[in-house]
Amino acid sequence: MPTTSIGLMTKLLAVLKKDLRCEFRTRYALNAILLFGVTTLTVVSFSIGQKSLQPAVYAALLWIILFFSAMSGLAQVFIREEETKTATVLKLTADPTAIYLGKLLFNLILLLILEIIIAPLFLVFTDAVVSEPLLFILILFLGAVSLAGATTLIAAIISKAGVKNALFAVLAFPILLPLLIGAIKATTAVFSTRASGFASISGEIQLLFGYAVVMITASLLLFEFVWDE
Amino acid sequence: MYKVEAKQVKKNFAHRKVLRDVSFALNDGDSLAIVGRNGSGKTTLLKILAGLIRPSRGKVIYSSPDGELDKKALRDLLSYVGPEMTLYDPLTAAENLRFFATMRGQTLSDSEIENILQDVGLYGRGNDAYGTYSSGMKQRLKYAVALLNKPKFLLLDEPSANLDDDGKKVVAAVIARQKKDGILLIATNEQGEYAFADHVYRLDD
Repeated sequence: MPTTSIGLMTKLLAVLKKDLRCEFRTRYALNAILLFGVTTLTVVSFSIGQKSLQPAVYAALLWIILFFSAMSGLAQVFIREEETKTATVLKLTADPTAIYLGKLLFNLILLLILEIIIAPLFLVFTDAVVSEPLLFILILFLGAVSLAGATTLIAAIISKAGVKNALFAVLAFPILLPLLIGAIKATTAVFSTRASGFASISGEIQLLFGYAVVMITASLLLFEFVWDE
Repeated sequence: MYKVEAKQVKKNFAHRKVLRDVSFALNDGDSLAIVGRNGSGKTTLLKILAGLIRPSRGKVIYSSPDGELDKKALRDLLSYVGPEMTLYDPLTAAENLRFFATMRGQTLSDSEIENILQDVGLYGRGNDAYGTYSSGMKQRLKYAVALLNKPKFLLLDEPSANLDDDGKKVVAAVIARQKKDGILLIATNEQGEYAFADHVYRLDD
């Protein structure tokens, strides 16, 4: 007989594994995100040409590419459940907390794949110089956690709407604005040759960390109501 | 004793009244066929009973010998099979079963999966992607998933849809087992399916 002592961790990992399997067999979200990211990066690098820009401009361009690439694919995690009509059986069988956390991890993995590909290419195709590589990695990681934390709940909200993708960007932008401002400021500092270590961007790092904690906690509290509606 | 009670359930979509004051009570071993013409609200009522949509007024109460069941407890005891739901196309039948078993708090071995597939006539097809199944085979796998938790409350919308004669026998066996072990609700237009239930609720009246 089947055993019945499975905890939240096993369930959320099962949701993650299921989503990864479905994604790597269809490559629906990954293709959309990477295609958008690489296309935008190519356009940006051709536009800049040989010109050398201010660190703040490079930082803004990098986060614009990451933000809009994320917008093109992260909502798929819930839209696909609604469009393929699998949401019904998922609602009837699964713990909402396991669903949210599994899908949050899935979106985080997609974002990290995007950043691992786009960030090095951005540095190759532009004259941006990273003076603090470890801090740059930390900023990208915290940015990804924050982006995934906020967009996963918004994806659940818009998944039942008519014009899903347009609504996703419209709803996400005001919520993500503080995160984008913090990430751009921190990235500007590590793109600057006068960077002076962690102390110079500790405020922005705290903002990114705090944003991620608040967004994930709020999403965990609200997700069940959004999902059941 | 397990029990489900619908109390004056109403449902409106905009200004259209779909359900008006639907009330009934079912105990362990009871079965009810909800019948009516197309558009009479059979599927809507079944979805309200499954907790998938909310009624405009009235309520549905599920209870166990320990008292009224909350959402979490009900999730472990209720299953629903309907045409407006599917499993995951890119996953194999075995992967679908394993995933939903984990969601139900269970771990299935390979032999248990084979037994489940055999019960619904899909033996040997566990490694085929659900998306490659015919509509009848998909319906059978939905039954396999729905029966994982040995539900006390089983809700079936057009239970024999897309099934061949062997598939209909599988459904008949599922229904016979459910009538013995729990509460069964069927929404149907097929006269042959009325006979499965002990009581009939007509939505046209």
